[in-house]
Amino acid sequence: MVSPILELKDINKSFGHVHANKNINLQINKGTIHGIIGENGAGKSTLMSIVFGLYQADSGTININGKEIKLKSPRDSILSGIGMVHQHFMLVENFSVLENIILGFEGEFVFGKNLDKAKKDLKNLCDMYKLNIDLESTISDLSVGFRQRVEILKSLYRGAEILILDEPTGVLTPQEVDELFKILRSLKEEGKTIVLITHKLNEIMDLTSEVSVMRQGEMVGHKKTESTNKEDLAEMMVGRSVLLRINKLSTKPGNAVFSVRDLVVKDDLDVTRVKNVNLDIHEGEILGLAGVTGNGQTELLEALSGIRKIESGEIQLFNETISNKNNFFDPKSLKEKGLAHVPEDRQRMGLVTDFKAYENLIFGYHHQEPFSKSSVLKEKEILSFSKKVMEEYDVRPRSPNLITSNFSGGNQQKIILSRELNENPKVLLVGQPTRGVDIGAIEFIHQRLIDMRDKGAAILLVSVELEEVLSLSDRIIVMFDGKIVGEKINKDVTDRELGLLMAGVA
Amino acid sequence: MATAVDKTKVPWWVANLIVPLVNLLLALLVSGLFIFIAGENPFQAVRLIIYGSFGYIEGFAYTLYYTTNFIFTGLAFAVAFHCRLFNIGGEGQAYIGGLGVFLVAINFSFLPVPVVWLLATAGAVVFGAAWAYIPAYLQAKRGSHVVITTIMFNFIASSLMVFLLVDVIRDFKQMGPHTVALPKELWFPTFKELAHLFGVKIRYSPLNLSFLIAIAASFFVWFLIWKTKWGYEMRAVGHNTKAAIYAGISPHKNIIIAMLISGGLAGMLGINEILGVHHKIVAGFPAGYGFTGIAVALMGRNHPVGIFPAAFLFGILYQGGSEVTFDMPNITRYMFVAVQGVIILFSGALENLFRPQIESFFVNRINKEEMA
Repeated sequence: MVSPILELKDINKSFGHVHANKNINLQINKGTIHGIIGENGAGKSTLMSIVFGLYQADSGTININGKEIKLKSPRDSILSGIGMVHQHFMLVENFSVLENIILGFEGEFVFGKNLDKAKKDLKNLCDMYKLNIDLESTISDLSVGFRQRVEILKSLYRGAEILILDEPTGVLTPQEVDELFKILRSLKEEGKTIVLITHKLNEIMDLTSEVSVMRQGEMVGHKKTESTNKEDLAEMMVGRSVLLRINKLSTKPGNAVFSVRDLVVKDDLDVTRVKNVNLDIHEGEILGLAGVTGNGQTELLEALSGIRKIESGEIQLFNETISNKNNFFDPKSLKEKGLAHVPEDRQRMGLVTDFKAYENLIFGYHHQEPFSKSSVLKEKEILSFSKKVMEEYDVRPRSPNLITSNFSGGNQQKIILSRELNENPKVLLVGQPTRGVDIGAIEFIHQRLIDMRDKGAAILLVSVELEEVLSLSDRIIVMFDGKIVGEKINKDVTDRELGLLMAGVA
Repeated sequence: MATAVDKTKVPWWVANLIVPLVNLLLALLVSGLFIFIAGENPFQAVRLIIYGSFGYIEGFAYTLYYTTNFIFTGLAFAVAFHCRLFNIGGEGQAYIGGLGVFLVAINFSFLPVPVVWLLATAGAVVFGAAWAYIPAYLQAKRGSHVVITTIMFNFIASSLMVFLLVDVIRDFKQMGPHTVALPKELWFPTFKELAHLFGVKIRYSPLNLSFLIAIAASFFVWFLIWKTKWGYEMRAVGHNTKAAIYAGISPHKNIIIAMLISGGLAGMLGINEILGVHHKIVAGFPAGYGFTGIAVALMGRNHPVGIFPAAFLFGILYQGGSEVTFDMPNITRYMFVAVQGVIILFSGALENLFRPQIESFFVNRINKEEMA
């Protein structure tokens, strides 16, 4: 029997009223690659942040090599032999590889002997694991894959025996992924222990010997990888909880009013995030877009609403072609043409949280009558409008003068919805409409979206909540790695099929 | 560690009156210590400040004259700040604004006087705005930080004006770096003349029509920021640029508009100094008002209603301070620059030093009353 190198017992962690980790138990054996999978928000990253000392657990114990330890900061974890490679690298861009690695561990006031020793040690590590890194090169000159290797090297140099990788392949090209896997395997052969956090089932099957599945803050199962398969894992990951499907009449969708052809979109770092996407949304239809966060949905939504420029391809809105050449390809003009957008990130994009509620209720429509005339805001009209829609959408408290950040998440979302739905848009783009929203409000919001559909609106619903997509959509498409990997009619599809599509397996 | 205060429960007068007053008192306490160390009696100094700024009619008029300048530069900083731009360039924009006033007034002096005044004010606004436009453009399109560029533009303005005042627009009949005087009929009516109309004889003071223009400008800024679409959009960009883009509000456009209005307001300092006081361009006439305006705006929480009392306070310090330096040989002019610095420190940089304690004190009291 191999003794576990890392053992977690009854770990609990809450943020406010969100229980991110519930009674987590986990054993990780020395010299293995252990996978942890789960949907977004399942609590994987929180759990690993506790192991790395970034958060402290509310209760529970952590044992390393059978000894209980207290991890109060990342420094404690590093000293206990735990290293972590984050999704977003923690490197100083204009420092060299060497400078980044010794940062915080320089040892002496003037560089000298220690530096030479560090160089030698690092050279050895590089050779041993075939990392192939030039210690003198500057980080900003390195590709993403190499930066990740620098992070790995940094952890190894600091004596990591357990290496945690958080979604390591999210930012890599397929070739870089292969290289990374080679490195991870050689690390394992040298006796290091690796914890791989991911939502991609292929990676789990390829690399790991054991796998633990998390769902909604709980550990739902541990398996030997050889005695399981993708289908089972997908089912465990997505869960078989009974869906609260909303009563909705089936409607006959009308014409396609919003079409996307061969759309390619890059993100701010110039990485192609949306790859040749085609889709049509018809009148009176909710098209659900399922997928794990970070597979291009954000960039797609931003491009469709005019916020982000597109690389190539075109969009058809009511038979009018929209591309970069049009001077109306911007949020304001699209809005005037009847397109409304409920953004994914309400606090950073949908609202100005320092504004009063009534100011947010007209946000984006503030230049139109009756809210303003000759550039002067019509306060009386705005306030009476605000009172009306706050009543209609049951925004609590009903105080248009209250600063928006004082409303709860659900009520903030209702402010956005009442604003975007008020004009009866023909096309509605909705991103994560119920993220962080309490159950009562979820039902309300879902009902409103169904009402909009019944009135003939064409709705694109982007959500990482599979249940939500299943209960609202008429048709479902799945996005993985920037591509639409599947299209299903809602009534014919199972969670399991969707789960596999979302994980890029099918 | 102090627990976070429920901000919704803090009464407005605690956040906006009590806290600034406590900060001010602390600043005065520290300043008093300076004066004590310098070997003078702080209480006597306070008495002199109050006498100098309120004690006689001309002194009070001087106080309001300084207040005028601080209102203009304070408003200028506040408008840009609502778009989250730190316009440190008020000094240079005011300097160039003065050039605008003078050039318009001297070239259009043949027109009826009120028309010349209007045009000269427009000149101040246009020149000040133009000087702010370049940093604004660089910030909006190139991302060059407006703090750096506006500071540099202060130096450029200063050098440019010296060059003009020495080689181009100097009154060549004499050697000093200033222009000819404007024709007398173009001078702004002063407080002294107004008093004479009512039969009150008083001595000279620089207070003039510009004071009323400054108050009008305060109303304008209030209306602009809180009541118009433009102000709404500027504030949206300032608070959350990403959300502004989502709502179809252009950050580029609003950065430029905010800086133009800011520069224009700073430029209006030129009408007080040139139409009201010097009647010509004198080298270095903005004399630091542009910089002090930053403190005035911060202390007034970037709201015209707060800027007015803050400007008035600095007016008192300027005028009362000069009274003190007359009577107390150990206190130099620079001592009062230090006092200003202390006030800026306490009401700007250390603004939140005691805020949590004060606010939680009042919130606890309110909670107790509610319980009872």
